[in-house]
Amino acid sequence: MFAYYLDLALRSFRRSPALTLLMVIAIGLGVGACMTTLTVFRVLAGDPIPGKSHRLFNVQLDAEGLRSHTPGEEPGLQLTRFDAEALLREARGVRQVMMSGADVALDPAGSGAPDMAPFFARGRWASSEFFAMFEAPFLHGRGWSAEDDRDQARVAVITRELSERLFGSSASLGKTLRVGNKDLTIVGVLASWRPAPHYFDLTLGAYSKPAEVYAPFQTAMALRLPVSGNTNCWGNNLINDPRELGASCAWIQYWVQLDTPEQRSAYFAHLNQYSEQQRGAGRFERPSNVRLRPVMDWLMVRKAVPSDIRLQLWLAFGFLLVCLTNTVGLLLAKCLRRSGEIGVRRALGASKRAIFCQFLVEAGLLGLVGGLLGLLLTWVGLAAVRLDPTPYAQLARLDPTMLGVTLAVAIVASLIAGLLPAWRACQITPAIQLKAQ
Amino acid sequence: MMDILPILSTLKRHKTAAGLIVLQIALTCAIVCNALFLISERLHLIGAPTGMAERELLVIGMAGIVRAENADAQTRADLQALRGLPGVKSVALVNQIPFGTSSHGTGLRTKPDPNQRDIRVSSYNAGEGWLETLGLKLVEGRDFEPAEYVDASVVFSDGVEPKVPAVIINQHLAKRLAPDGSALGRLVYLYGPDAPQRVVGVLERLPSTYPRDRDESDLNAVMQPIRGSYRGGNYVLRVEPAQRDAVLKQATETLVKGSVGIKRVVRHQRSLEEMRDGYYRQDRFMVGLLLAVCLAMLVVTAFGIVGLASFWVQQRSRMIGTRRALGATRTQILRYFQTENLLLSSIGIGLGMLLAYAINAVLMTQYELPRLPLAYLPIGALVLWALGQLAVLAPARRASNLPPMMVMRGLA
Repeated sequence: MFAYYLDLALRSFRRSPALTLLMVIAIGLGVGACMTTLTVFRVLAGDPIPGKSHRLFNVQLDAEGLRSHTPGEEPGLQLTRFDAEALLREARGVRQVMMSGADVALDPAGSGAPDMAPFFARGRWASSEFFAMFEAPFLHGRGWSAEDDRDQARVAVITRELSERLFGSSASLGKTLRVGNKDLTIVGVLASWRPAPHYFDLTLGAYSKPAEVYAPFQTAMALRLPVSGNTNCWGNNLINDPRELGASCAWIQYWVQLDTPEQRSAYFAHLNQYSEQQRGAGRFERPSNVRLRPVMDWLMVRKAVPSDIRLQLWLAFGFLLVCLTNTVGLLLAKCLRRSGEIGVRRALGASKRAIFCQFLVEAGLLGLVGGLLGLLLTWVGLAAVRLDPTPYAQLARLDPTMLGVTLAVAIVASLIAGLLPAWRACQITPAIQLKAQ
Repeated sequence: MMDILPILSTLKRHKTAAGLIVLQIALTCAIVCNALFLISERLHLIGAPTGMAERELLVIGMAGIVRAENADAQTRADLQALRGLPGVKSVALVNQIPFGTSSHGTGLRTKPDPNQRDIRVSSYNAGEGWLETLGLKLVEGRDFEPAEYVDASVVFSDGVEPKVPAVIINQHLAKRLAPDGSALGRLVYLYGPDAPQRVVGVLERLPSTYPRDRDESDLNAVMQPIRGSYRGGNYVLRVEPAQRDAVLKQATETLVKGSVGIKRVVRHQRSLEEMRDGYYRQDRFMVGLLLAVCLAMLVVTAFGIVGLASFWVQQRSRMIGTRRALGATRTQILRYFQTENLLLSSIGIGLGMLLAYAINAVLMTQYELPRLPLAYLPIGALVLWALGQLAVLAPARRASNLPPMMVMRGLA
């Protein structure tokens, strides 16, 4: 029967090609717009560390002064160096990392490439568990130990790309990297790695590329290497260097890994206790206001996905809705125009069910063709998105899942659009139609 | 107009099809109204004037790869070299520039009380020549006097309360400080309670570093007479617009040449226009996208009306023939379909406006947008009425051209 319905559908398409084309284009445009924005949204709003994101928590303390206090407001997003070092020392989590972004000058002359001009690279100063915690993949070598961090060991981990740029190959273990005028020994080379969003430090932009140079936090501080990102200072204005241990400036990202709900609640209690203790000591002025947010919550609260992307998504779905309403109307017109044919089929014994199926098959076929067009338009749309120089544009690609989803959306949408016309079609009474003819 | 009653009774028999047209018009109307509003908001943002001589400004950022000991002397030498270049009208060193790579803000108080709540301001520091170079306009007061300039390296040295004697503020902040009078001569506290700054001038405009119009700190700005160094600032060059590219190249070369022995890198070198374009790129993209979707939606809706109207004409050919045979003119048949469409469009537009407000209410909570101004509703209504009339014209013409006798005989 299905083949027969298919044949009928094709005949009907041939009979009114303009109307059919109109519907296919409408469905294709609607589906194409939706899938383009949905793909972009999925890439941007995706889980940057699947399988572990619910076990990684961002730590927030409210260390600012009373002057600008509004009760209940979101505490500072980053920690002071004092608090971060205190929490790191206590090490109450399964793993914990304190870190900061940096923008550093590399001197190739000191790194074995005397002819190359100095250039700036993205850096990250972190405590030892950074690589294990955020699952940074090593190509060669390893990270550093907690002792290295404490002893201010002059070591660094670099990316494969930087290694190839400086040394012409990825085999740079043991070589010297000159940062400014300080020499670090390369102990590890990272394979390609691009967590998106850049969840563990959003202050550099939610879709910034990860660092190219990593070094122990304490080493970077001892060598007075620069830091970059967001620095928020309060209190007196005599702060000369926000990096000082005692400076009332928040600029450090602090993350902790907690594997069970019990660990989480214990850690939360510990944070509150720490906060109270600091208040008792006179360092904190505000009432305790701590946050411990897992990755996806953190991204949502920080509004990592650009609001324009959500807006585009809504717009695309609104457009699809208009296209579908349009298709329903045109399908209905087509169905009713064929009342005579339906009457004859009914008179010859076709059941209401059969008529209903016939028209649904026609709608589904329309959806399939519209979906294929939509797929083509999605592909074109994503290519256009990638032309955009924003840092996240490059991430937008059509994967097999979205390919299937696109076709499914198109077919399901047109089946829904076909429901009303098909229902109206099977309500047609054969006698009246035959008489009218 | 006299067609309305027969139209209504005909529509009653085609409730579903009529309902679908109405629904489509309503959806389109609601989305188009909101999209147009979003477009105008973005255009307003993109077009906001900075008050600067944008077309004439070049911005160059240098950084030392090692912390130089004589940064102040090096900076003076840089400034002198840049001022000597042909085509350069004036040069200044500022700590930050709108649309740039970094943003610095601070808290301002109006009383020495250290517990008074801060007013958030974008904070600019600049050395001599900034007013002329940036092309900003004073509406009140004067530029800094030579004696008021201080070196950043002196002002921000260890453990000393910074002493900056004067500030110039933008008009927005001036209104905030003195809603009814003049802010000129007022004392403000950017640092400790012992060394306030006197407001010596008010600028017509000075935007924040990342102008977005989202909150106060996006609108308040203050200029301090602090000479920085290349380590934490941008060289801003005012040049003839036609010579921008040539001067930028020459200036960069000059700075690189002036870096021998101290290893400096040019971090960025662009015209302010390029920076501005880059900053608003996403907004321009959104404007284009919204326009494209509006257009696509209108086209789809128009074709939907054409399709359904054609079907109706075909279905009602018997009725049309009868009316023509009974003496109705072609114009009357044409009017009939036009009136019918006007009626359906109007119902759709009515519903669409309610929907437009509902969508706007959601956008207001989600995107901190203002309320949809009423002016957008008549615009949307006019667009959709026109669209409907245009779309129905061809099928209606076809209907009016049906020869009555052929129809009656069932030949058409």
